[in-house]
Amino acid sequence: MPTADIMRSAETAAGTATGTAAGTAAGTAAGTAAGTAADTAAGIGGTPADPEYGREMEEERSYLSQIVRRFLRHRLAVAGLIYTVLLILMAIFAPWIAPHDPYAIHPAFEAPPSGEHWLGTDQIGRDVLSRLIYAARVSVIVGLGAVAIYVVFGTLVGAISGYYGGWVDMVFMRITDIFMSFPHIMVILVIVSLLGPNLLTITMVLAMFAWTSVARIVRGSVLSIKQMDYIRAATALGFRTPRILFLHILPNALAPVIVNATFGIAAAIIIEAALSFLGMGVQSPMASWGNMLNAAQSLTTLTDQPWLWVPPGLMILLTVLAINFIGDGLRDALDPKTLK
Amino acid sequence: MMNYIIRRLLIAIPVLFGITLLNFTIIHLAPGSPVDMYLDPNIPPEALEERREQLGLNDPIWQQYLKWIGQILQGNLGYSATNFESVTALIGERIGPTLTLMGTALLAGILIALPLGIISALRQNSVLDYIATGGAFLGISVPQFFLGLAAIYIFSLELNLLPSGGMKSLGGDGGLADRLKHLILPASVLAASIAGQLVRYVRASVLEILGQDYLRTARAKGLSEWIVTMKHALRNALIPIITVIGLQIPILFGGAVILEEVFQWPGIGQLAIDSIMTRDYPTLMGLNLISAIVVLMANLLTDIAYSFADPRIRFK
Repeated sequence: MPTADIMRSAETAAGTATGTAAGTAAGTAAGTAAGTAADTAAGIGGTPADPEYGREMEEERSYLSQIVRRFLRHRLAVAGLIYTVLLILMAIFAPWIAPHDPYAIHPAFEAPPSGEHWLGTDQIGRDVLSRLIYAARVSVIVGLGAVAIYVVFGTLVGAISGYYGGWVDMVFMRITDIFMSFPHIMVILVIVSLLGPNLLTITMVLAMFAWTSVARIVRGSVLSIKQMDYIRAATALGFRTPRILFLHILPNALAPVIVNATFGIAAAIIIEAALSFLGMGVQSPMASWGNMLNAAQSLTTLTDQPWLWVPPGLMILLTVLAINFIGDGLRDALDPKTLK
Repeated sequence: MMNYIIRRLLIAIPVLFGITLLNFTIIHLAPGSPVDMYLDPNIPPEALEERREQLGLNDPIWQQYLKWIGQILQGNLGYSATNFESVTALIGERIGPTLTLMGTALLAGILIALPLGIISALRQNSVLDYIATGGAFLGISVPQFFLGLAAIYIFSLELNLLPSGGMKSLGGDGGLADRLKHLILPASVLAASIAGQLVRYVRASVLEILGQDYLRTARAKGLSEWIVTMKHALRNALIPIITVIGLQIPILFGGAVILEEVFQWPGIGQLAIDSIMTRDYPTLMGLNLISAIVVLMANLLTDIAYSFADPRIRFK
């Protein structure tokens, strides 16, 4: 479907000054990207017409260190990375950081922030700050879990579809179209209401409808990479298909997938929060930023008790913002044609 | 041209079929059968069995599927488990408000994002560019329900400028001005997300076109910068934007669900939430199916519109 191809090219182009022609098929798009990826892999940047060309051939830094240095140039992305690392640490060490047990009920309920409870207590009397800290665990687990699952699945589908082509490709792409037609939140809500909301279900369902974009990306990359000479050489040498796919094609196809996965983590966190907010996600008494915001639906809470809903909302905002910054930085770092 | 359209339509048919299949599978995820929901524990098992037979629940699954498709083609989406109204009727009366909300938000989002994105690209790395890009990031990062709540808090409760929910005021006249007042907050929140997404794509697309050689040729021919930008650059840059806009439609549905709940807007999003609360599966299934079909249609239209705008795509 041309729509998705163009979307993907636009995706890779967004945020950078260069990018491939947004109007052409993904094949050419990923092709040029992969071609120069191969060049950069050899440590050669720029074109032969560029006076720096020869100089860089001599320097030949490793691909990885080039990516890292390009990433580090984006201050916002680095800030996002620091925030995310701190968040993950906070999630892991929650029991040691949180001042109280998030499930413990204290005598003072709906209390405003005080020395004892830095962010006050909720309607039942649980400490808001502790719940905030523990809720980070939910977001991290859902975000990373869902994305891990759907990246693996989507990559497999896309790789097989792109490599074998023919009717396998047709079938897989139609299936992808089918899944892509369902608007995420609606269908996730429906399924979660059918199966009952809990952490595992949410993670699985989130993954179930997000793999389509990864599949398309990988398929596009594989389609173009497979035309490259080094792949033909591998085939001529008699390497078996799985080896060619996993050792030679996929590593070069991964860059846009990594970027997509990063944005996917942010999206997963927002969707989980939305589900919990609607009551269809993580259920009380387990704490999730989304279900903490649920309380704000009553007008009294909204006006009189801002400590109940502003902190979780801000946490979601900051976390998603940080991850989006990282994604943007990664996209610029991994795009081999970033202008200096 | 017709060739392309026909090809697209033909591809869409198996996808449509697949959508119904997937929907049907999802229905059967529900624990127990639809009959179990009306269970009165005092009913003897034989009566239950009879009821199941009556409803055709013991037929082989492919027969159930065919019967279901038959009903759908006749426009019958089932009956709501809670109030026994026809699901088709329910969706029919709710879809208007949702489309109003979605349409307004989309329009507003485009009207904000296009100029911002274009100017950002033309004046790259200027202060305006940073503000626009920063705003775009915020727009896509902030959870819509949080923004909605904050908007209600600020505009409704503190400043008392705009109503906090519903589509018209109680006892109000329901006239245009009243409806507009109610539309502003939810549409703005939704538009913020849309605009956030679009600004980045517009900017990237324009930036990319600006580097093209044919613009250099145009300048070399002596055309003014204004004509070069307006007539040549933008016209080409905006073509992929059509696709991106089309792809916002599924996001709009999702946003509609959340915001209709926050603002008590009587659309299909709220219908979905209510159905979930009451476990009204027939309605949920109907909603699911309709949304998927709408998204499919939207993608189809986008593809066709794109092929009108960019002739290269017709010959793939």
